Amino acid sequence: MKTIQFREAICEAMSEEMRRDESIFLIGEEVAEYNGAYKASKGMLDEFGEKRVIDSPIAELGFTGIAVGSAMNGNRPIVEFMTFNFALVGIDQIINNAAKIRQMSGGQLNCPIVFRGPTGSAGQLGATHSQAFENWFANTPGLKVVIPSNPYDAKGLLKAAIRDDDPVIFMESEQMYGDKMEVPEGEYLIPIGVADIKREGTDVTIVSFGKIIKEAYKAADVLEKEGISCEILDMRTVRPMDWEAIFTSVKKTNRLVILEEAWPFASISSEITFQVQENIFDHLDAPIRRITTADTPAPYSPVLLEEWLPNFNDVVKAVKDVMYIK
Amino acid sequence: MKKFTKQTYINWYKDMLFWRKFEDKLAALYIQQKVRGFLHLYNGQEAVLAGALHAMGENDKMITAYRNHVQPIGLGVDPKRIMAELLGKVTGTSKGMGGSMHIFSPEHNFYGGHGIVGGQIPLGAGLAFADKYFNRDGVTLTYFGDGAARQGSLHETFNMAINWKLPVVFICENNGYAMGTSVERTANHDEIWKLGLGYEMPCGPVDGMNPMKVAEAMHEAIERARRGDGPTLLDIKTYRYRGHSMSDAQKYRTKNEVDEYKKIDPISQVLDIIYKKKYASEDEVKEWDAEVKSKVLECQKFAEESPFPEKQQLYDMVYEQEDYPFLKHR
Ligand SMILES: Cc1ncc(C[n+]2csc(CCOP(=O)(O)OP(=O)(O)O)c2C)c(N)n1
Ligand SMILES: [Mg+2]
Repeated sequence: MKTIQFREAICEAMSEEMRRDESIFLIGEEVAEYNGAYKASKGMLDEFGEKRVIDSPIAELGFTGIAVGSAMNGNRPIVEFMTFNFALVGIDQIINNAAKIRQMSGGQLNCPIVFRGPTGSAGQLGATHSQAFENWFANTPGLKVVIPSNPYDAKGLLKAAIRDDDPVIFMESEQMYGDKMEVPEGEYLIPIGVADIKREGTDVTIVSFGKIIKEAYKAADVLEKEGISCEILDMRTVRPMDWEAIFTSVKKTNRLVILEEAWPFASISSEITFQVQENIFDHLDAPIRRITTADTPAPYSPVLLEEWLPNFNDVVKAVKDVMYIK
Repeated sequence: MKKFTKQTYINWYKDMLFWRKFEDKLAALYIQQKVRGFLHLYNGQEAVLAGALHAMGENDKMITAYRNHVQPIGLGVDPKRIMAELLGKVTGTSKGMGGSMHIFSPEHNFYGGHGIVGGQIPLGAGLAFADKYFNRDGVTLTYFGDGAARQGSLHETFNMAINWKLPVVFICENNGYAMGTSVERTANHDEIWKLGLGYEMPCGPVDGMNPMKVAEAMHEAIERARRGDGPTLLDIKTYRYRGHSMSDAQKYRTKNEVDEYKKIDPISQVLDIIYKKKYASEDEVKEWDAEVKSKVLECQKFAEESPFPEKQQLYDMVYEQEDYPFLKHR
C-alpha cells in the first residue's frame, strides 16, 4: 500500500489509462502547462506531450463538443471542467449529443467520454460557484454519474469510467483534493454502480455520496457514544443507483436518513425516498428524513453559508428523529 | 470630450491610488481570512477604469467580470459598502449575499460583478438593448478579459449587437493572461481587436497603461454608440501585477516581465505629469497619500464593525413573493 492524495488518485487513474490506451486524451482549461487548476494533472504534460494533454481556451461549449465529436470517431476523451458550474456553458453538448448519440443512431455510434471536475460548495464563493448538478445529469438517460468520496474509490472508479463505453460524469471536490488515503500499489478498478458500506450499523441507515459524507461519519461518531449504531452507505454512483444496497440496508435497520449536498427540490434524495417507499415500504419504522443544502442560491456571507450547508448536527438530529428520540 | 485639466490629473492620481490601496487592503484582509473565497485584484489595470470614467456620460452603464471591486467606487458607490460586502456583512452592497465576485449597484449604473467567464457579455448588450428600446441615451460599457474573448457568448453577442446597432462598447481588458494561459496560447493570432473585423465592427488596440489614451478611445466609441452607429470593440492592453487570484504561484511569467510593466505604471505616469506641469508639490502629494491611507482605514473599520446578516436573510431575496413556499432542508 501507499498513501496518496485525492488529486494524485485522479492523476494516477488518468495516467495509467493513458499509458494503456493511445486513444485517450485530456482536455480542459489549465490542465497542461499549469498542471491543472487544482494540480490533478501534475506531470501529465511532461509524460504525454501536448498532443494528448491539451490546454483549451475558455470555451466550454466548443471544447466539450469537440471532445464529444472525437469520441464519435475513435477517441476516448477526458474533459476536465475547472468546476461543474462552468460545464453549464457546454451542457448542450453533454445532454443533447453525448447522452443521445448511441440511441439516436440506432446503436451505430457511441460516445466513450468522461467529463470530470469539482462539484458542490467550496467555501465562500457565492451563488454561481457553489452548485451541485448530480441530479441534473442523473436525470438524463444515456449518462452515468459517479461521485466518489475518497482517494481509493476515486482512483478505481475513474479508471472504470475511462474504460466505460458510454459517457460518464465524474464529480470531485476542491475540498477533497488534499485528502490522503492508502491505496494499493498495483492496478485496481471499482465497478460503476456499486455502493459501498463505509460503516456497518444496526439502528439507522444513512445514505450519502461525495464529500458531504464526512458529516455523516462525524454524526455517527457522536451517536455511537450515545449507543446509537449507524450504517453509512456511500452510493459512489448515483446513476445507475445501487438500489439493492439501499434496500438491503434499510431492511436491516428499518430507518433511513439521506444526506445530500444539493438543493432539495427533485434531488437524488427525492428519488431514493420514492424508490424506498415503493419497494420496501413495509420495512420502514419511521418516515424517511433527508438533509440537503437550503432551497436557495448559495450565499457568500459566512454566517449564511453555514446555515445553507448541511452539517453533522443536522444528521444527528435527523437520526434521532427517525428513532423517535427527543 | 472633456479636456484633460489640472483637476483631471489630480483626480486620476487620487482615485487610482485609492483603488490600488483599497485592493492592497483587501489582500491583507484575505490573508487574515476576513475576506474569503476567491479574490481577484485590479492592481496595474487602474488606467482602464480612470480613462473610461473620464469619457462616460451620466447615464452610461458598466458591467464587468469578477475583477470588480473598484469600478463601482469609480461610479460613486461608497467604498465602505464594498469592503463590507467582501467581509460578508449586512452593510455590504449585496447585504453579504454576493461577495468578492459579485458587486452590484444599479443605482450607480453598475450592473456587476459576474463570476462565469463570458457570462456578462450578452448581459451588457442586453442592457444596451433596453436603453435603445426605451429611447434612453445611455451607453453600456461591457468589460471582459482576454480569456473571455474565446467564449462563444462573445461571438454570438457581437453579431447581434452590430446587426441591431446596440449602444454598447465592448472592452477587452487584455492583461495578457487568463489565469496561467497567455493570450498567444489561446488563438491563431493574438490581436483580440481583430475579432471585430469579421463583424465589420469598428475596433482597435488601445494603450491601457495610459488613462489619456484610454479616455480618447472610449470617448470615440461611446459617442459612436450614442449616435446610433452601434458597438465598438476596444482591445485595451493592460497588465495585472498580482496573481490571477490569491492562490496563484505565477510560474507562467517572470518577475522581470512584471517589473517592466511597473515602469509604465499608470499611477506613476500621472504623477510624473503632475510634477512636470507643477500641478502640485511633493508635500501636497504626500498629503493626498495620507488622505488615501486614512480613507482605506475608514473602510476597514466600517466593514469590520458592521454586523453579519441575520440567518433569515437567506430566504429574503430569492423571490419577490414574500411567502414563497421554500422546501425545508434539515
Ligand atoms: C465559464 C467559466 N469557465 C472557467 C472559469 C474559471 N475562471 C475564472 S477566471 C478565469 C480566467 C479568465 O481570464 P480573463 O478573461 O483574461 O480575465 P482576467 O482574470 O485576466 O481579468 C477562469 C478560467 C469561470 N469562472 N467561468
Ligand atoms: Mg486576462
